[in-house]
Amino acid sequence: MRKACLDAVHLLAKRDPRVVFIGSDLGPAVMEGMKKEFPERYFMEGISEANVIGMAAGLAMDGFIPYVNTIATFITRRGFEQVALDLCLHHLPVRLIGNGGGVVYAPLGPTHLAVDDFALMRVLPNMTVMAVSDADEMRRLMELSLDWPGPIYIRLAKGGDKIISKEGNGFAIGKAITMRKAATADSVLFATTGIMTTNTLSAAEAMAEKGIESTVLHFHTIKPLDVAALLAHVAGTRAIVTVEEHSRTGGFGSAIVEALTDNLTAFPPVKRLGLQDDFSKHYGTQNDLFEVNGLMPCQIAETTERFLNQL
Amino acid sequence: MPLDDRSIYLRKLVVRGLAGGGRGHLGPAMSLIEILRVLYDDVLRFQPQNPSWKNRDRCILSKGHGCLGLYAILADQGYFPLETMDTFCQRDSILGGHPEAGKIPGVEASTGSLGHGMSIGIGMALAARMEKRDSRVFVIVGDGEINEGSVWEAALSAGKHCLDNFTVLVDCNKVQASGPTREIQDLEPLLDKWRSFGFAVTEVDGHDINALRSALVSLPLAARKPSAVICHTTKGKGIPFAENNPEWHHKAKIGPEEISSMIIALDNYHA
Repeated sequence: MRKACLDAVHLLAKRDPRVVFIGSDLGPAVMEGMKKEFPERYFMEGISEANVIGMAAGLAMDGFIPYVNTIATFITRRGFEQVALDLCLHHLPVRLIGNGGGVVYAPLGPTHLAVDDFALMRVLPNMTVMAVSDADEMRRLMELSLDWPGPIYIRLAKGGDKIISKEGNGFAIGKAITMRKAATADSVLFATTGIMTTNTLSAAEAMAEKGIESTVLHFHTIKPLDVAALLAHVAGTRAIVTVEEHSRTGGFGSAIVEALTDNLTAFPPVKRLGLQDDFSKHYGTQNDLFEVNGLMPCQIAETTERFLNQL
Repeated sequence: MPLDDRSIYLRKLVVRGLAGGGRGHLGPAMSLIEILRVLYDDVLRFQPQNPSWKNRDRCILSKGHGCLGLYAILADQGYFPLETMDTFCQRDSILGGHPEAGKIPGVEASTGSLGHGMSIGIGMALAARMEKRDSRVFVIVGDGEINEGSVWEAALSAGKHCLDNFTVLVDCNKVQASGPTREIQDLEPLLDKWRSFGFAVTEVDGHDINALRSALVSLPLAARKPSAVICHTTKGKGIPFAENNPEWHHKAKIGPEEISSMIIALDNYHA
């Protein structure tokens, strides 16, 4: 997904002289092609996120479209005020590409786990927050990123993630995609984002084998949230389950519940699945941390079934 | 350093804003007046009727709390009517307690949280270089402001990129909100600091029009280097009871009597 994303920046740079790339000490050979072809629009800056984001703002104020890339937590935590004031307050077309969304950097510990990036970014006015499901969907997003007004935060997954998106489903920023449609009424509505859509589709298939029907609505855009799509799927739903690779506090599930309470006086019971409100106590792999937090497909299915049994 | 008619006039515009809002950062605005005056009268290329003119020079007041000084010179230059100063900090005014781009013609960037202006200015200077424009970028920072680490990240970056179209002006009034800068966070040796970050450096009396003009019309100070101009100023300059007085860094509930005292003080300063 990261390669698809950065390759797309290079392709966009070929097409549009406004595109610049700014990295923050990303390591050797990152974006070598763009560096060779467009050295004047390629910046590899020091470990200085505040400066990098401010610099991107200045470039955008004068008509450029900067794509900034570094580790997600360093953008969203270290550079938060620059993102809020320099980018969002000025409503500038800067694209922030965050490496290691969620628990990708499991072995590196809590300093590198982007478990609060949705919350931090979606609270900012004018910000668009994206978490696509795979590399193909990333390419579709990048194509549309060029002329999208205002800043975009783009969360990257681990890479090599299973391709589940389909071109035929279309892609528009701010529009959710129905990845699976329940065959019967009185079903479960899964609202998912990022690569949790993949895990949830597996869970949905396992549940279907037991006769539990579900719809999977994939929100690659967390902000602006596709409230219309959510509300359109609520009728006839027995329960809503949100699934995200993010703290249960303030993230995608919270956004879904906000949309429900803002728009409906009554709605089906909601279960929010995500990471515990705690700093990770474990290392290991991304899947290890999914398991600790109940986000493996079988766990999503089990938790959902238990929830249904309680209703 | 005596103040001439124009410097007194601009300071009275600052007081007009203070009177309108009944509050404001007096000291940080008054130390800035000559820096802004020389920039806008003699150095910057701009078109008040066309604030987004592509080839203009960019001036960012990174110490946004000194905005009354900026508003005074922008109003004086015709970016907006002088009467707008009377609306300072009022509900529907364009003039808030910190400057906002998009609301106020001539304001390049919204500032207020300290330590942001230099990085934004570096982006603008790089944009000018890429587009082969001869636009220059001037960023005014406070000496209190440069406590912020982000200022020094930006300084490293300006040096790395050899931005000789970029100038930082340090309003070195030596007093920050809590007291003397040398007690709160000593910045000396200040010239050496900027020099070691890759800047060509000079220092001037920041209230001496001729000295400022002479320094600023000869920029850049060196080829392929950003410039730093350390402007030695007096916080609250022109209002003796506010000079070097942290109490007047920011004040609320400023009444008509205090406003009158300021006008009298400025008239006497003039005399």
